[in-house]
Amino acid sequence: MEFPKDLKYSKEHEWTRIEDGKAIIGITDHAQEELGDVVFVELPEVGSEVEQMGTFGVVESVKAVSDLYSPVTGEVLEINEALKEEPELINSDPYGDGWLIVVKISDEDEIDALLSVEEYEAFIKEEKK
Amino acid sequence: MRYIPNTDDDCKEMLRAIGVRDVTELFTDIPEKIRLKENLKLPSALSEPELKSHLNLLSEKNAGTEYISFLGAGSYDHYIPSVVEHLVSRSEFYTAYTPYQPEISQGTLQGIYEYQTLICQLTDMEITNASMYDGASALAEAVLMANRINNRKEILISQAVQPEYRKVLNTYTRSLDLEIKEIPFTKNLLTDSNEVKMLVSSNSSSVIIQYPNFFGSIEDIKKISEAAREKEALLIVVVVEPIALGILKPPGAFDCDIVVGEGQVFGNPINFGGPSLGIFATKEKYVRNIPGRIVGATTDKSLQRGYVLTMATREQHIRREKATSNICTNQSLCALAASIYLSTLGRRGMKRLAELNLYKANHVKKEISKMRNFSVDMSIPTFNEFVVRSKLPLEKVNEWLLQKNIIGGLALSRFYPEMKDSLLFCVTEKNTKEDIDIFCRVLGAL
Repeated sequence: MEFPKDLKYSKEHEWTRIEDGKAIIGITDHAQEELGDVVFVELPEVGSEVEQMGTFGVVESVKAVSDLYSPVTGEVLEINEALKEEPELINSDPYGDGWLIVVKISDEDEIDALLSVEEYEAFIKEEKK
Repeated sequence: MRYIPNTDDDCKEMLRAIGVRDVTELFTDIPEKIRLKENLKLPSALSEPELKSHLNLLSEKNAGTEYISFLGAGSYDHYIPSVVEHLVSRSEFYTAYTPYQPEISQGTLQGIYEYQTLICQLTDMEITNASMYDGASALAEAVLMANRINNRKEILISQAVQPEYRKVLNTYTRSLDLEIKEIPFTKNLLTDSNEVKMLVSSNSSSVIIQYPNFFGSIEDIKKISEAAREKEALLIVVVVEPIALGILKPPGAFDCDIVVGEGQVFGNPINFGGPSLGIFATKEKYVRNIPGRIVGATTDKSLQRGYVLTMATREQHIRREKATSNICTNQSLCALAASIYLSTLGRRGMKRLAELNLYKANHVKKEISKMRNFSVDMSIPTFNEFVVRSKLPLEKVNEWLLQKNIIGGLALSRFYPEMKDSLLFCVTEKNTKEDIDIFCRVLGAL
């Protein structure tokens, strides 16, 4: 299982890539593995507001339905339209083509609350016990 | 489903297993003073022949076929072909519990699938669920669905929607953060489309009208649909008398978002107001927000066609408190009756039946318009129901009719205090020419 070093992570298994005040958000390799084949994703509308640790959508697999939690607060700038037709991108490329949304970060301090890759790996180890 | 009785020994064993000495200990949470400590005051048991003769005596108190009815207003008296009762009474279908397991229930599931298909054809909508309790609760569920889709808080409902449906909607939404606004109707007893235009805004979640409306008038859905569309509010069309869809343009043709209605008229008797059949149809793009169950067609591993519940992730057993609805059942037997009824009549039969209703009702309208104490506005387009204005007190009119074994119309003052002189009459194919002649003679003589 792969966890890129340059990303931030959350306990709800989302990853965040921070670029010029924007947060690109997806779910981790671990999350997609646990969910199994993703068949549907419900994403917010561009222009809507999301809150840190508030739900912004739903991901549905053949065996479970889970809420998606936003790692940061801000306005949704983009959503991954490709997932409408190909939700399986979340399984095949969770850190690349399987990204979910881009949020304009409204409070940089919130990033401190997110986990580093080491902290996240320790967290899933703990969760598995 | 089998009935499994418990013997005294069974009960004792179960109580021992959970560590309780006596059944009464299970009720300790109920305050002592409101607990009933004696047996229910019931008469002693009767033998089978005694019971049968007692029930016969009771059934003789019922009004029978000696009465003719001109009452509609939500439940409608239509002829039920005997094939309907014959088929729904088969033991494979006649069960209090709907078995959904595909391994053992292909017949039941196919029955529901056929029902969904027929309702889609009838309403010209893309998807239908496996049915709901009744038309009123289907309407309330539609309003909740619209709110889930657009997250807006305001609901606009025409006052020409069946008043009891509006009451049920109020009950459903009472403790939610939703506001219901009513749209008035015009002198022609049609929803005021100018008012709709004025009231609808970017806060409006849904706009609700009935087709034909509670007064029997045929609403101009197109105008109202355009007004709702302009503010991106969802249009919900309620059909309480869907026999009308045999000749009316289907609601789906007006780009409405949700069609709900009452399917009682399709092969289900009126009884004492139930059980009835909630119809719920919508557009495919809303499928993940729809309440209730949906049956889909698929192929098994040997490529044979089969039927299974589908899109179930919306439901309570998976999504828990985030489910789209608390409904996790359907009115399977009533839906099956509807499928048998609709396929017995077919497209042409439905059209012919609707025409019969229309012609008979129009004939009665014309006759009433000639009477000295009653009037009908002939300019209002109606289906099988219409409003009659009376110079005589409404209760008296119905009393006189009843003396002649005629069940009269609904006094509209019950729901609309300002309509003191108006009766809502209904004429269906069940009213024979003789019935209609007697009715007109009696009414005309008043």
